[in-house]
Amino acid sequence: MQLLPLVIALLVLTSIGYYLGRGRALTMAGGSSRNLHSLPGYYGFYVALWCGIPAFLVLAAWLAFEPTLVRALVMNSLPPSAQALPEGELRLLMNEVRQFAGGRSYGREPSEIVIAAAEYYTSLKTTGFAALIVFSLSLAVAGLAWGRKRIHQQLRARVSVERAVKVFLIISSTIAVFTTIGIVMSLLFESIRFFQAVPPMEFLFGLNWSPQTAIRADQVGSSGAFGAVPLFAGTLLISLIAMTVAVPVGLFSAIYMAEYAPSRVRAVVKPLLEVLAGIPTVVYGFFAALTVAPFLRDSGSVLGLSVASESALAAGLVMGIMIIPFISSLSDDVITSVPHSLRQGSYGLGATKSETIRQVVIPAALPGIVGGVLLAASRAIGETMIVVMAAGLAANLTANPFEAVTTVTVQIVTLLVGDQEFDSPKTLAAFALGLVLFCVTLVLNVVALHVVRKYREKYD
Amino acid sequence: MTEMSQTVTAPTDAAARKARQDARLRKRHAAERRFRALGIASIIIALTFLGLLFTTIIGKGYTAFMQSHLTLEVYFDPAEIDPAGTRDPQALATANYIALARQSLQDLFPEATSRNDRRQMNALLSVGADLELRRMVEANPEIIGTTQRVVLPASADVDMVVKGHIGRDAVEGGRVSQQQLDWIAHLEAQDMLALQFNTRFFTAGDSREPELAGIKGAVMGSFYAMLVTVALSFPLGVATAIYLEEFAPKNRWTDLIEVNINNLAAVPSIVFGLLGLAVFLQFFNLPRSAPLVGGLVLTLMSLPTIIIASRAALKAVPPSIRQAATGLGASKLQVVLHHVLPLAMPGILTGTIIALAQALGETAPLLMIGMVAFVVDIPGGPFDPATALPVQIFLWADAPERAFVERTSAAIIVLLGFLAVMNIVAIILRKKFERRW
Repeated sequence: MQLLPLVIALLVLTSIGYYLGRGRALTMAGGSSRNLHSLPGYYGFYVALWCGIPAFLVLAAWLAFEPTLVRALVMNSLPPSAQALPEGELRLLMNEVRQFAGGRSYGREPSEIVIAAAEYYTSLKTTGFAALIVFSLSLAVAGLAWGRKRIHQQLRARVSVERAVKVFLIISSTIAVFTTIGIVMSLLFESIRFFQAVPPMEFLFGLNWSPQTAIRADQVGSSGAFGAVPLFAGTLLISLIAMTVAVPVGLFSAIYMAEYAPSRVRAVVKPLLEVLAGIPTVVYGFFAALTVAPFLRDSGSVLGLSVASESALAAGLVMGIMIIPFISSLSDDVITSVPHSLRQGSYGLGATKSETIRQVVIPAALPGIVGGVLLAASRAIGETMIVVMAAGLAANLTANPFEAVTTVTVQIVTLLVGDQEFDSPKTLAAFALGLVLFCVTLVLNVVALHVVRKYREKYD
Repeated sequence: MTEMSQTVTAPTDAAARKARQDARLRKRHAAERRFRALGIASIIIALTFLGLLFTTIIGKGYTAFMQSHLTLEVYFDPAEIDPAGTRDPQALATANYIALARQSLQDLFPEATSRNDRRQMNALLSVGADLELRRMVEANPEIIGTTQRVVLPASADVDMVVKGHIGRDAVEGGRVSQQQLDWIAHLEAQDMLALQFNTRFFTAGDSREPELAGIKGAVMGSFYAMLVTVALSFPLGVATAIYLEEFAPKNRWTDLIEVNINNLAAVPSIVFGLLGLAVFLQFFNLPRSAPLVGGLVLTLMSLPTIIIASRAALKAVPPSIRQAATGLGASKLQVVLHHVLPLAMPGILTGTIIALAQALGETAPLLMIGMVAFVVDIPGGPFDPATALPVQIFLWADAPERAFVERTSAAIIVLLGFLAVMNIVAIILRKKFERRW
């Protein structure tokens, strides 16, 4: 991919445009910027924008659509016998073509169809790229000439440039909306396709989860059952364990830090607790699988309990550790924001410090704390790596924390990692699970924000 | 005042009452102390876990930075490398180099003659020795026919014995036999087997053999993904923050954008992976496993964090600055770009670095878009298939070999090192440039 030189060439052209525009404006004004409507630099930016924007737009469009286009053209060039192949095999064939064209072998000797298609693929790629180079460069030069020609003394260059910048600002601010739309659309479309194969009631209330669908009709024992209740139960179990670890520890740490700790202790401990939040989850997963799970299994067998080596307890415990800083820092904030007059009133009535905290400060801070706990719960439900590495794979409907359970996120990962065919309910099920996950976390967040806003005591 | 009058009227009760009050006070103070102890205990619990995590990872991982190497006298046998004597590059590339190293081991231990003995002896040497010797010959064909002192990687099992992870006494059914242990002891006594700094860990891509596996491929994959993320998320995030904070009218559309940003900040990362899979891979047909796509997904993930931090930084700039600039005739955009933005920059950069640190440690969305492949080649650009550092950790954590535990921990140390550096830079930026108005 020779993209980088092209981008650099376009950037160079754009900066040439800047200097040409600036120079031309100055010469027209007889060397003094006082005769111009805007500062000379704005005329430079004016030409640079004319030069750069169309060319880069073309480049972006090419980057976005070239793979699809080339793929469709190569597919059409395939002989009818190959085109009649089922979707999955066609996908494999296309992969082979791409690999072969890229000079990598595919493990087996390529067939003639593949060689021909690969040649066509390579030629399409080269001509397409050559066309892109010629087109984008000439567009840049044309834009440069056009912009430069439009410059005259009274041109309101600053207004035009500022308008362009503002359009850019507005477009960037809509990206968040488009991301949300993208998430909802992609989850919804694939889920609808999934629900055409599996009824939503069976998915939401079925008790049996075994997503291995039969590849051959005569295969035994892989009918594919998509009852997601065991996954929901597993997710809840692990999140519950995590919350029972994180809520007391986080809350008491926050109380101690906000009310008791001398400022020197606070200055050391607070950042240390925040380190816990900065550690990547894959590290927690490794810690859970390598240290915590074997430790629990061994101590369980000493006590005469049978603890699975992928027990829900290990994953939940480590997830709880991960969540501690969320709860402690959110609670710390709301506890410190409770006004001092309340505490002093309570002390004045003769209450001890702990009585004040339990009966005055915590009730006043409760909405914020509940909001924080809900946010932490949504994080626990959506957490992926810890459970992928430390929890089980097999669906198991149980409330026993010593057994292995699986979660929604684990199943999404196992269904989508590896070979995928986009038609099988097995792959689409991941999107349905994702939709459930998205909805649940969204509701939790909205409720959390609502609780914080609605029940917050106003003290000023 | 009933209590007072009672005390006066019934002085005999006073002692008992005082005792009761004292008892209650003691109880209340005990409750106070318990409450306080609970607070201290929870902090200690949290910090213990933190300490435990670090000691486990560092304790398991630091040994991976050293690696066992065998120092052998290897005779570059012309009959083996280039029987025709043509020095044809094709012949040089395909010769059986590992046989040369095996021969020199054979010379050291002539007693190993049976097939089984020789197999065990060959297992002392890493298969990577082949490539090592081939590179030497290709770099300098003159050495064919000479004897050279060569440092070659030992196999992972030998490495584990040298580092003490496998016991010096053979176990029935263990990975290392008594015979091999004797050889290892002999080689160590002769100073032919020793630990050296493990450069390969930093310069090689992934491998099925623990002793040959390195993190460079994953680091480069992460680097390209981060490059895409920075290039997109920083300008877009700052532009959004400027628009919302300085220009946007207060209306429903702006509210909608704000609600969206706040909600996106709390969407589970794996959902972003699903989005990347459906939109970038399925709809736009971008290459699978490419850091480009990883970078795009991480951009979408880190945008909310950057926007929220940038808005806070912009909001902290006092209105007097804006009024002064406007009074001097600056246009609205000039006010923002020339005065407000530079003053808010330290805060914006701090937020961006923290968001990037989060993105660097993110794994789950990258699994969705296929950055989990076994990639040996070091990616040369954002379009090449690659893994990322956290994904490499995930892959190695799954590998059964004992030696990969050490590699995984070492890769984690490297990742945590990167994150620590980024966070420290953010803290320094904040401390040094942040202005309180």
